[in-house]
Amino acid sequence: MEYVIEMLGIRKQFGDFVANDNVTLQLEKGEIHALLGENGAGKSTLMNVLFGLYQPEAGDIKVKGESVRITDPNKANQLGIGMVHQHFMLVEKFTVTENIILGSEPTKMGLINIRKAAKKIQELSIQYGLDVDPYAKIQDISVGMQQRVEILKTLYRGADILIFDEPTASLTPQEIIELIQIMKRLVAEGKSIILITHKLKEIMEVSDRVTIIRKGQGIGTVTTSETNPDELAEMMVGRQVIFKTEKTVGIPKEEVLRVENLTVKDNRGIERVKNLNLSVRAGEIVGIAGIDGNGQSELIEAITGLRKATGGSVTLKGKDITSMKPRGITEAGTGHIPQDRHKHGLVLDFSIGHNIALQSYYHKPISKNGIIDYKEVNSFASKIIDEFDVRTPGIHTEARALSGGNQQKAIIGREISRDPDLLIAALPTRGLDVGAIEFIHRRLIEQRDKGKAVLLISFELDEVMNVSDTIAVIHDGSIIDTVNPQNTTEQKLGLLMAGQTLHTKQDKAGDE
Amino acid sequence: MSKRWISLLIPVVSIILGLLIGAIVMLATGFNPVDGYIALVNGMVGDSYNLGETIRTITPYVFAGLAVAFAFRTGLFNIGVEGQLIMGWLAAAYVGYAFDLPPVLHVIVAILAAAIAGGLWAFIPGLLKAKLQVHEVIVTIMMNYIALHVVNATIDTLSDGKEKTETIHTSASLGSEFLQSLTDYSRLHWGFAVALLAVLVMWFILEKTTRGYELKAVGFNQNAAEYSGMNVSKNIILAMVISGMFAGIGGAMEALGTFGNIMKMTAFSGIGFDGIAVALLGANQPLGVLFGAILFGALKNGGLNMPNEAGVPVEIVSIVIALIIFFVASGYLIQLILNKLVKKDTKTPKVDKKNVKGEK
Repeated sequence: MEYVIEMLGIRKQFGDFVANDNVTLQLEKGEIHALLGENGAGKSTLMNVLFGLYQPEAGDIKVKGESVRITDPNKANQLGIGMVHQHFMLVEKFTVTENIILGSEPTKMGLINIRKAAKKIQELSIQYGLDVDPYAKIQDISVGMQQRVEILKTLYRGADILIFDEPTASLTPQEIIELIQIMKRLVAEGKSIILITHKLKEIMEVSDRVTIIRKGQGIGTVTTSETNPDELAEMMVGRQVIFKTEKTVGIPKEEVLRVENLTVKDNRGIERVKNLNLSVRAGEIVGIAGIDGNGQSELIEAITGLRKATGGSVTLKGKDITSMKPRGITEAGTGHIPQDRHKHGLVLDFSIGHNIALQSYYHKPISKNGIIDYKEVNSFASKIIDEFDVRTPGIHTEARALSGGNQQKAIIGREISRDPDLLIAALPTRGLDVGAIEFIHRRLIEQRDKGKAVLLISFELDEVMNVSDTIAVIHDGSIIDTVNPQNTTEQKLGLLMAGQTLHTKQDKAGDE
Repeated sequence: MSKRWISLLIPVVSIILGLLIGAIVMLATGFNPVDGYIALVNGMVGDSYNLGETIRTITPYVFAGLAVAFAFRTGLFNIGVEGQLIMGWLAAAYVGYAFDLPPVLHVIVAILAAAIAGGLWAFIPGLLKAKLQVHEVIVTIMMNYIALHVVNATIDTLSDGKEKTETIHTSASLGSEFLQSLTDYSRLHWGFAVALLAVLVMWFILEKTTRGYELKAVGFNQNAAEYSGMNVSKNIILAMVISGMFAGIGGAMEALGTFGNIMKMTAFSGIGFDGIAVALLGANQPLGVLFGAILFGALKNGGLNMPNEAGVPVEIVSIVIALIIFFVASGYLIQLILNKLVKKDTKTPKVDKKNVKGEK
């Protein structure tokens, strides 16, 4: 068997801490090789070793059969290793071509030959079916397209081995399908791919083999066709994982949230939510399924008071809360786990303790006569941290320093602890690993079982199917159908999300 | 913990480096640095008169520094401290001579007038920022020029074309015969006590009050503040106004303490701008600002003694001050680079460690 890359028995240590120990990864030519592990299992460390950012303490790296020492990223580039980063490194105001040649501009007497570069990029784009316009500006193209620019960047520099770092994290389901096709095309053209991910579904769909790391230890390599998601999850986490969150049948009671003919415009004045109707009852989880950008964000913002509705009404327990200020709506009995935890959910520069007090800092017992009793803040925060299993060195640690899962647990703890009648959870598990996802799903169901209403917004079909009692499908700003998860399939939902109603087979394609 | 030590260490090292290079400059230009620095120290604390004058010089710097630091801590860059300060100066001087009030009350009213004037001057950029997203740096800079000319024109009107306003009544004066007799008739006044109080007030607002929590939250992340139900516009305006009030009271110290009036200015007093440096030296912490102002004021006042006693030009002190600020600023830079280097090496394990302990 011909290996293009062999990492044999890699050990990387930082002080006393062993980030990688005895990890072996062998990449065959023309395969898609997944590297699986939980957040913080040591995937990035291993790839940084391969990319020359870290030097291993032990182990061997062979490229095309020859032992090499990769001392820096330039060396990695020379060896034909390219990295498609999770967070794109692109200049918004530059064109695709300008971004791709950045750092290795083809110059002649100080002049750049953009046209020549653009031509080469065009050729590469056609060869690999990337469909990228070399003259488009980054700020004008979609996230999926930007990722293809990152792929082109590595190809332009002559990479044969492409490392994809969590490539689907910020993509829509459609874009994920396109990306998978692109990856298959790349290997068909003779490239080899290492795919870093913790999403089992993608691994099953796209990879040839999987190498699993757990807590820095190499667990082993398996052939994808000979394994299944349950086995992979167990190897990754080290215990059995329940995917299908256990829950009893919900007993919905009285209506808590009622949205009638709601219309909301976005910042550019475009109507994003159009005459939307929705109802959530106590003791029920309603999941909103839909492709990103169909009005979900605007809907939540309008319900929670962060955005003004231009028409229609929102009623909470019979009380009209349309166009009330966020605080009024919160106090009327709403908890909100926001879509973007860094933008809305946390003050990253505050300590985690201060963040946990973000919804209660102004009333008793924390605040008395305009003075905050920080002892109360601390004891309240400690309670939440214990109860919701937030792993942090202490309550005074900056929120920024916590992992995404723990940040999210803190937010969820903060919102649930106020015991809201309506809990809105927007993409509550985005970017989290299976352990944290399991925890969060259990908490949502717990709220439901306590007789609270839960509104879940998610782009992940699995999540919506698993957690909700009722699924409302949103398309182009309206709820086009409401289905029972027991009586539907992912395929049916997918069609609905693309705008096709099940009754009429009219072809209304999605907006992208 | 170590972070705290580093932020303490940087100014100290910067001062030493600044003085060292200052000495080299003196040597290179043919002066004796030992004599120069002895003269500097004598000018600061050599006798009771100099000590009094030094404390007097420090006082307005404390306010200017607090004004800049307060704005910074709430996410704003108040470059308009100078303008707010001279508006406060004018207001205090006017109230000081135009009103007849009982002694202590008169001082309080005059200081309040200065606070209101400074606060109003900062309200305008605050309002523009909160409602129209106009960047406060530009507006506050321009407001400085408007203040300068408004002050000069007002003095002109009030004094029928003279160069300065009438002297304030003694009932409005911060001056004290007791303090003067103690310091060989320097211009030392009670302002330093007001300044110490102001340091306490800033600490209290930011660290103890509910409002302070909101102001800081809005400064760090407006979106999260809005999400949690805070009124973002109101907090931005309030932050700016409080900052301006500190500046305005700084002006009152000059009007009611040092000068007893306000005179036409051909250029800015410079105190407001030096406030930026003081805040930087003090790492935007109330107590830090106090020490920054002490250093600044002491160097400024002590430097005046260098030409007399050692024949060293006073500009040397300006060079030393500039060097210290340079090192403090680049000290943060050095710290930043160090942190980055350290982070690069430990980033991954840090995350890993948590998870290893974390996920069972």
